[in-house]
Order: sequence, then structure tokens, then C-alpha cells
Amino acid sequence: MSEDKNTKGNQAPAGHGPGGPRGARGPRPKIENPGKLFKRVMNYTLKDYAAGWVVVVICIFASVYCSLQGTMFMRTLIDEYILPLMGRENPSFDALASAIFRVAVFYAIGVAASFTQSRILINVGQGTLRNIRNDLFEKMEALPIKYFDTHAHGDIMSIYTNDIDTLRQLISQSIPQLLNSVITVVSVFVCMLILDIPLTLVTLLMVGLMLFATKKIGAQSSRFFLAQQKAIGALNGCIEETMTGQKVVKVFCHEEESLKQFNELNDQLFESAYQANRFANIMMPVNAQLGNLSYVVCAVVGGILTITGVSGLTLGGLASFLNFNKSFNMPINQVSMQFNSIIMALAGADRIFKLMDEKPEVDEGYVELVNAVRGSDGELTESKERTGLWAWKHYHKADNTTTYVELKGDVVFDHVDFGYNDDKMILHDVELYAKPGQKIAFVGATGAGKTTITNLINRFYDIQDGKIRYDAINVNKIKKADLRRSLGIVLQDTHLFTGTVMENIRYGKMDATDAEVKKAAVLANAHSFIRRLPDGYDTMLHGDGANLSQGQRQLLAIARAAIADPPVLILDEATSSIDTRTEKLVQQGMDALMKGRTNFVIAHRLSTVKNSDCIIVLEQGRIIEKGTHDQLIEQKGKYYQLYTGNAVTS
Amino acid sequence: MLKTLGAQIKEFKKDSVLTPVFMIGEVIMETIIPLLMASIIDNGVTAGNMKHIYLIGALMVGTALLSLTFGILGGQFGSRASAGFAKNLRKAMYENIQTFSFSNIDKFSTSGLVTRLTTDVTNIQNAYQMMLRMCMRAPATLICAMFMSFVISPRLASVYLVAVIFLACVLGLIVSQATKHFSQAFPKYDALNESVQENVSAIRVVKAYVREDYEVEKFKNASNNIYKIFCKAEGIVLWNNPVMNFTVYACILAISWMGAHMIVQDTLTTGQLMNMLTYCMNILMSLMMLSMIFVMVTMSMASARRICEVLEEKADLTSPEKPVIQVENGSIKFDHVTFSYKKEAEDPVLKDINLEIKSGETIGIIGGTGSAKSSLVNLVSRLYDVTEGELLVGGVNVKDYDMEVLRNQVAVVLQNNVLFSGTILENLRWGDREATEEECRRACEMACADEFIQKMPEGYNTYIEQGGTNVSGGQKQRLCIARALLKKPRVLILDDSTSAVDTATDAKIRRAFAEAIPGTTKLIIAQRISSVEHADRIIVMNDGQVDGFGTHEELLENNAIYREVYDAQMSGSGDFDEKN
Repeated sequence: MSEDKNTKGNQAPAGHGPGGPRGARGPRPKIENPGKLFKRVMNYTLKDYAAGWVVVVICIFASVYCSLQGTMFMRTLIDEYILPLMGRENPSFDALASAIFRVAVFYAIGVAASFTQSRILINVGQGTLRNIRNDLFEKMEALPIKYFDTHAHGDIMSIYTNDIDTLRQLISQSIPQLLNSVITVVSVFVCMLILDIPLTLVTLLMVGLMLFATKKIGAQSSRFFLAQQKAIGALNGCIEETMTGQKVVKVFCHEEESLKQFNELNDQLFESAYQANRFANIMMPVNAQLGNLSYVVCAVVGGILTITGVSGLTLGGLASFLNFNKSFNMPINQVSMQFNSIIMALAGADRIFKLMDEKPEVDEGYVELVNAVRGSDGELTESKERTGLWAWKHYHKADNTTTYVELKGDVVFDHVDFGYNDDKMILHDVELYAKPGQKIAFVGATGAGKTTITNLINRFYDIQDGKIRYDAINVNKIKKADLRRSLGIVLQDTHLFTGTVMENIRYGKMDATDAEVKKAAVLANAHSFIRRLPDGYDTMLHGDGANLSQGQRQLLAIARAAIADPPVLILDEATSSIDTRTEKLVQQGMDALMKGRTNFVIAHRLSTVKNSDCIIVLEQGRIIEKGTHDQLIEQKGKYYQLYTGNAVTS
Repeated sequence: MLKTLGAQIKEFKKDSVLTPVFMIGEVIMETIIPLLMASIIDNGVTAGNMKHIYLIGALMVGTALLSLTFGILGGQFGSRASAGFAKNLRKAMYENIQTFSFSNIDKFSTSGLVTRLTTDVTNIQNAYQMMLRMCMRAPATLICAMFMSFVISPRLASVYLVAVIFLACVLGLIVSQATKHFSQAFPKYDALNESVQENVSAIRVVKAYVREDYEVEKFKNASNNIYKIFCKAEGIVLWNNPVMNFTVYACILAISWMGAHMIVQDTLTTGQLMNMLTYCMNILMSLMMLSMIFVMVTMSMASARRICEVLEEKADLTSPEKPVIQVENGSIKFDHVTFSYKKEAEDPVLKDINLEIKSGETIGIIGGTGSAKSSLVNLVSRLYDVTEGELLVGGVNVKDYDMEVLRNQVAVVLQNNVLFSGTILENLRWGDREATEEECRRACEMACADEFIQKMPEGYNTYIEQGGTNVSGGQKQRLCIARALLKKPRVLILDDSTSAVDTATDAKIRRAFAEAIPGTTKLIIAQRISSVEHADRIIVMNDGQVDGFGTHEELLENNAIYREVYDAQMSGSGDFDEKN
């Protein structure tokens, strides 16, 4: 549905607008070793943008210095240019004019510096983001299937959207602001010391009070934010569940009960959201008024000092000091705010780096798949050109020789044990032989281990014990990429990519010509429906082929496998009920695809099973029966029960 | 749209009004403080009047405290108003969704509804709070500071006026340009994330075809594009700060120059000069704030629109004024029924259906996907209204029944059925709130669910996870059947509800139905001939029409489609599955 896209669009780019107070006040997540994480983030951006950062730091110094010059100017303005002129008959403003011009130059430099700084930060921030994104994606593509099977896809996605976004804020906002604040605080502090020491102490005292208040309120606030987080989780869970089952709610007239449950959670969220925001909102006026109070106290004390002349403070000096007082309080507040968002961003960085640090798929294989030519003596030799004849190039370390074995598609399972975890085995002692061109069918109840077989030949997962041999070579010795290239796979749920139909089929063989694509489509029985699509082969597919029917998507997946033309094929027949006409097309397509290959079929259809060369009946990870249809019927075992529909429930 | 949303403020109107009031109070106090400040400098410090300094100092502390009080109150009411508004919005949407009919639900996707209830409401909550607290505050600061500036010195104040106009124009330009660029950039960003999503879910395909490098290359290109587009868009927003700084600095310099002259001429005091400089910051900052609010509000507009879609959606099925509250028997009659999901659709889904089903009959329904089997049965419990013709249950038009009565008497086990988080017993009691454990067990026995429930560690008190992830597909289907049985309905509809149950169990369930609830009319949609062949009569659906209606033998004899399906399934292309 098109609106799904809208909502996704709404979530992803949040926080990209200029400003927005998000992240600054949330609860602080616990992370280990924030210092190390921060260093790693910095290293990341410094790696490519060291020069940029140097310029940024220089610019920050420049702009802080210039704005301080401006504030200091207040004193000179009043003390040196206004007060001496007062009461004169013909005051000369020439000196003032040149002073103002001098300050204007400083201001101009300041503006230029702040512009340069922001300009560079955009490139640095977005560039670092791009690099992180690219690295993240590259690392992710190299991860073993196990990672994807054991991590929620939503969680992986949120790394790309939310976590990278908070990182962007960290790099392009928090860090520069923090730098700015720290530099400002330090230099303002020095200036204040120069102007008047007692007043500086008074200011410090007030800042201490401010920090204390911030901490107290912040602690309250984050307590309620945690409660709010929990309430949001509970309410969202409830919403998601009811919305998914809304039709069932209707059918059972359960609206009132579901409303009752919702209202309870909704009220809880209101209460905690109110409290959390209340404390967060209080923070600002409290700090502002403590700032004002600091201002007042300084004014009173400064006034007394000026009048009594104890510390040599001038009127202009006091004016400048009062301005400094403001520019001292502001960054201190900012630092405490920034601190929270930095912690939040580091939590995101932690998740990003965790994904990056995941162990990639290891490949110790060394047997390669190469094009070969058969010499007059029948021996195979390697060929640079595409010959259509493939061979495994097997280097033997022991005697430093290289042998070439023709790619045929002979697969042997030799006492294979497998479990997704070491402590729970799924397959036990599986033995089977598939000669080139044979069709092996797997049948059995859900959970018997049928689908698991598809994960092993192509080494999506590695077996714990035993051996799988491909053309008499242990698959562990074969380079994974080459092994997978020699295998075709059609999975139960079809996944297509955004792009044209043509591109999707070509996925199986990147250098295929348009004619080859069409040929594959014809073989897969997909040609006739593709031709009827609005733009034929150039029709764009979106969202996993949402504009196609289930059956049509399967046909495309078959065409995709057909164009790759692998000697061994793994097929997981779809169980979902598609309409009879398309089902027939899919069936024919699959049959055409299977011709002349070694096939492993997770079978759900009687016809597929019946004309298999060998049927393997699995039960709880063990082969309990093996043979042709007729042999198994003869045996009157489990297969017979399944076939005749007299199965006993297990 | 604003009216629809505004109506949901309800009991939080008071808070919503008080928030800006207190914010204005805070602003007024903050405008007074620099005035007092000037007084300290002019009449206290310059004149050497200590008493005056104490007096005004005390006054300032008082003002600051007052300002603090206003600020805190404003913050409190603001958070209450916005959290309350969010609560009411969620509640209103949720309540309205509960009244939705199936066709309303079809219009929105599940994830669409969830986002509206969660993310969108949060967006609105933030924007509302920001509006209440800042929308008043920023203009009030602007006006107060401007006003005071004019009181102090109209000449100097005119400098600010020029600055404000200049800054407003430039900020307006930046905001409009930026929103334009960002609205172009976001779809690209979404597309990038979608491609990540695709890669995550299709990782097996990527790895099987060894296309990792290709995907990485593709991704890098897209990500590089994002980099360029966002650099460009942010490059516009970037002007905000320098322009702001430039204006502030220009003002300071102009005021210093002019102010110096005026002080020397004795038309301005030193304190007033400093005063003016403070107002300068206030005025220009408030302008900056306004541009930020504007951006935030525009960004939340999309959320507001989506929420309104739900709020304004009217349930298109309602119970009649004087409903019939008793379903006499389980007879069903389709009288020239035509149906389409959309009113304007040219080609109806069901065309001129005429059927008469006796109370207590077991009817099998068979037909390919798209032959409108589900649509046919959905009409019986009035999940959708017929477009033309009449549909009678128990001799009464379904539109004349109270909807709750009808749906309790006509139980449907939907194709995509779900269980809810909670124990098995709790789930079963959806069918009958007062059902005893014994009754639940009996229903489960009938649905062949008792056998596996007993094997579970906690039996009937086993907790079902959200989405029913800890039971298999076949178990889920059997639980759903049991849940429907507990309604003790006059009509029971199974919409392909035993597809994941093995044939033997399927047969057992059917036998139990025949023995235990002979009086209930049963409509069974199935893919497998074996599921329907023993039914009293079988409907063969094809392309929205009844192609045949009769017993198994009759249909084998004279219905081509039925015979074709039968042959296909018996001779080999049928299901070969045992799932449970």
C-alpha cells in the first residue's frame, strides 16, 4: 500500500531539520567505556577529514576570540570614548569611528569564521556519515547468514536509520558546540579574571548553584523519562497487537475489551509523559532565572565595588563584566545539555561498531571454479575465455600439483550432523548421494529438518560433523563464492529487488544479454505475464515486487535461477496456495528448470515427489526412509501413511 | 484539519490556554529586568547611590523569582496540555478504529495505523508543546523588547526595525529554500534505507548469487548521492548562523556609534545603551526561534494530516435503529447478491449470487484464488455490505440485525487469523467471556487442539507470545477454531482454516463437527477436495460466480472445474504435506 511508504518516510528522516530539541533530555542509556567509543568515533572522522577538523577548530577559536573582542569593546566604548567626551563642547568622534571600524573588522572575521566552520562541518558530518554507512553496509554484506537469522531485521534497520542519525548530530552539532562552549567558557573566564576577581568568584558560585539545580532536576526528569519509555513500550506493544488483529477483534465483537486495555496503558503513558516533560520544561526557566540572579548579584556587588572603588572596577568594566556573566552561564548550560545527547549518540555508535565488529564469514576454501578446455588427450586445462565447460582447479599442497576436475554436480552427504547451535542438533547422521541429473526430494513434517538441508550445501551454515562433497571435493575446500556460483537456489519466499524486471532476472548472471534474459523467462514460463506488464521487461518493481502476485514473483525467481544455469539446484517449493492456473505455470517452470541438473527439492507436491529419483523421508532430523516412490509405497512405512493421507498426528 | 485535531484538546483546554499566558508573563518579567538593570547603572552606580542599588537589586530578584514562577507554571501546564492532547488523540483514533468495518480497515495498512498511533502522535505532541510555549513567547519577546526600545529611544529602535525586517526576509528565504531541498532529499534517503531493508531480508539471494560486491557498489553510489544532496540542502540552512551573527553585530555597531553620540549629547544614558543592546539580542533571537517553530510545524503537518485521515474516517457499517436481536436459525439465503469492494468498481467481485442453504447443513466451498470464496462468506456475518440484492440469515436480512448479535451467531475463522498475547484460556475466552475451563476443553477437543495443549508444560495456562510465535501454524489454526466454537454459533464459517493441519486431523475435526454440533450450519472453504468431499453440498466458485452447487458425486458427474481439480489432486499435483 502506498501509505506504508509515507509512514516509513516519516520515521527515517526525523531530526534532519534545522534544530529540534530531540535527544537532549532523554534518559541516559548505560554504555560501557564511553571514552573509548568516543575516541573511535573521532578516529573515524579524523581519518578522512583531519584537515577539515583543524580548520574547524581554528574557526571556532577565531569566532570566539572575535566575539570576546566585541564584548570587551563595551568597556572601551564607555570608558574611553563616551565618558571622556561627556560635557565637552565640540566632541570629536574620530577616535570612536576608528575603534568601531576595528571592531567591525573583528566581527567580519568572526562571521566569516563561523560560516567557514559550518560549511566545512556539513561536508565533514555528511561525509563521515557516508563513510560509516558504506563501511557498515560492506561489513554487513560479508556477515554470515547466521547473523541475519539471529538478529531482528528491524534492529538492523534501526542502526541505519536512528543510530546513524544520532551520530550525525554528534559530529556536526554536539562536538563543535562542545568545543565552542569549552573554548568560550575558558576564555570568558580568563577575561573575567582580568576584569575583576571578586566578581568572578561570585559568578563561579552562582554557576555552581546552577549546576547543582540542573543535576537535581535532571535526575528527577530522567527517572520519569525511563518510566515514560516503559509506558511507550507497553502501549506500542498493545497497539501493534490489536492493529494486526483488528479484524479478529471485529469478528469477536471484542472492541470494548480492547479499548479498556488500551485506555489503561494510554493513561499511564500520559501520566509519565506529563511528569517527564514537566521536569524537562522546568529546567530551562530555572537555569535562566538563576542566570538572571547571578546577573543581579554581580550588578549589586559590582555597583558597590565601582562606587567604593575598592578593586579598581570602572563603569565600563562592570558593563563588560555583566555581558561576560551572560556569556559564561550560557555555554555551561549548553555543555550539560550536550552531554546527554553525546551519551545518546555514543549508545548508537556502540550498536554501529558492534555490527562492524561482527565476525565476517570466513572462507578458507582454495579450490576455484575456472573455465576449462578439454585437450585432445581428454585432460582438462584452464582457459581464459568463457568456454561453457567449467572445472574445479584443485591445488594439492602435498605434492605441489594442480588437478582439474570437471564440474558435474555430484553431491554426497557423508554422516552429516548439524545444529544451528552446538547444543541442539537438527540433523543427525544424514547420508545421501546425488548423481548428476538426479532429483532428490525431501519430505517430512515441519521441523523435521527439510529446509535446513538448503543451508548446508551452499555453506550458509557449516556442519558440525561429517562431510559434504561436491564432485568428490569437500565443500570446505571450495571457495565460497565459487561454490555458490555452481549452485542455484529458489527459496520459498521470493525476494526481488527494486529495479526493472529485466534487472531482476539478470541478477542471476550480470553479463546476460537481453535475449538471454528473455530466453530464461520463456523457460521459466514467466515470459507471457511479463509481456503483459505495462512496460514489459522494463516494468519497475518496488517493495519486494509488491506489484506482482505471489505466483508471478515465483516465476521471476525461477527465471533468475535459470539464467544462472547452475549444475546443482536447490528448490524449496512454495506451500502457499496460489491460484491453480499460476500454480500450473510455476510447476511447469520448475520442471523445465530442473531438467538436466542435480536437484534437491523440499517437496510439497505429490507430482514432484512421485517422479523423484530418490525420496528422503525425514523425521526429527533423521532419515527414516529412503527410496523411490514405488519402493517406499511397498515398504508401507511413514511415506505410505503420508501418501494415503492416513497419517497419525504427531 | 485543525478543527478535527483541535476538538481533541478537550479537558486540557485550560492548560492549553494557561501555558501561553504564563509564558507571556515570563516574557514581560524578562523585559523588565534589563530596565531595572539600566536603573542600577544610571541612578545607582553613576550617581553613587547605594540605597538605590539595593532597592532596585531587591526588585530585580523579585522580578526574577516571579519570572521563575511563571516559567515553571508555563512548563508544567505546557507538558500537561501536550501530553494530554497526545493521549486524547491516541484515544480518539483508537476508538474510531474500533468502530471501523473491514472495508475501513482495508483502506489503512496495519503498519500505517500503528505509525499513526505512535510516531505521528509523538510528532504532534512535540510540535504542540513547542507551539504553546514558544509560539506566544517568541512574538511576545519581540513585541515587548521592540516596544521598550521605542520607549527608550525611537531613533535607536528604528535600527532594530530595519534589522528585524532584513532578518525576517532572509530567514524566510532560507526556510522556504531549505524545506524545498529537504523535501526532495528525504525520498532519496528513504530509498536508500529501503535498499538496506531489501538486502537484509533478501540476504540469502544476495549470497546465493554471490552478489555482495555488486550490492556494495550499488549502495555506495546511492549513499554518495545522498551525501551530495544533503550537503546541498544543509548548505542552505547553514546561512542561518552567519546571517544572524551579521545582523546582531551590525546592530551593535550601529547602536554603539549612534548611542555614543546621544550619550554625549545627553539624550541617552549609559544604562539605557546597555539596555538597548540586551533588547537587540532578545529581538533577534526571538526571530530565530520563530523560524525554528515554523520548520517544526511544517514537519509535523504530514503527521497531522495522517492522524486526521483516521479521525475523519467514518465507519461505513452501523447497526440499524431497531435491530433484530435474535438469530432464529442457521439458514442462509443469497438473493441476487452482487458485491464489489469499491462502490465505483466496474467489475463486481461477486456477480448475481443465488444460494439457499438450510439450517444445519455442511457446505463445502472450493475454487481458485481470486474466485471470491472469502468474499462470499464475509458477507454472511456482514463484515462487508452487499452492493445489490439481499442476504438473509435465519430468514432476516443481515442489515436488520444488531451487528454484535449477528457476529456472535455467525462465527468466522478468518484466513489470516491471529492469537493475542495471553494464556490459551484467555485466548479461548474471546469466544465466550464466561466460558468455564470445562467448556473450553470441550471446544478444544472438538477442534483437535486439546491433544497438543495437554502436552504443553502449563497446559491451558501456557502463555501465547505476541503474534502466537510459540505455536505452530497448524496449532494456531486449531486454537482459532476452538475459539470460534466457544461462541456456540448458529453458523460456523471456516475460511481455509485447516490448511496447515494434516489430512487426518482435518478429517477428525470434521467428524467432531458432524457429531457435536449437528444443528450449526457450517461453511467450509478449502483447497483440498478431501476437506469438502463429505460435505452435504459443495459450492464451486469461479470468477465471482457459482459454477456448481451439489453433492460430491453430482459435481464429479456434471461440473468440469470440480472434476479437473479432483483429478489434479488425486493424480499427483495436489499437496503433499504433513504440517502441524
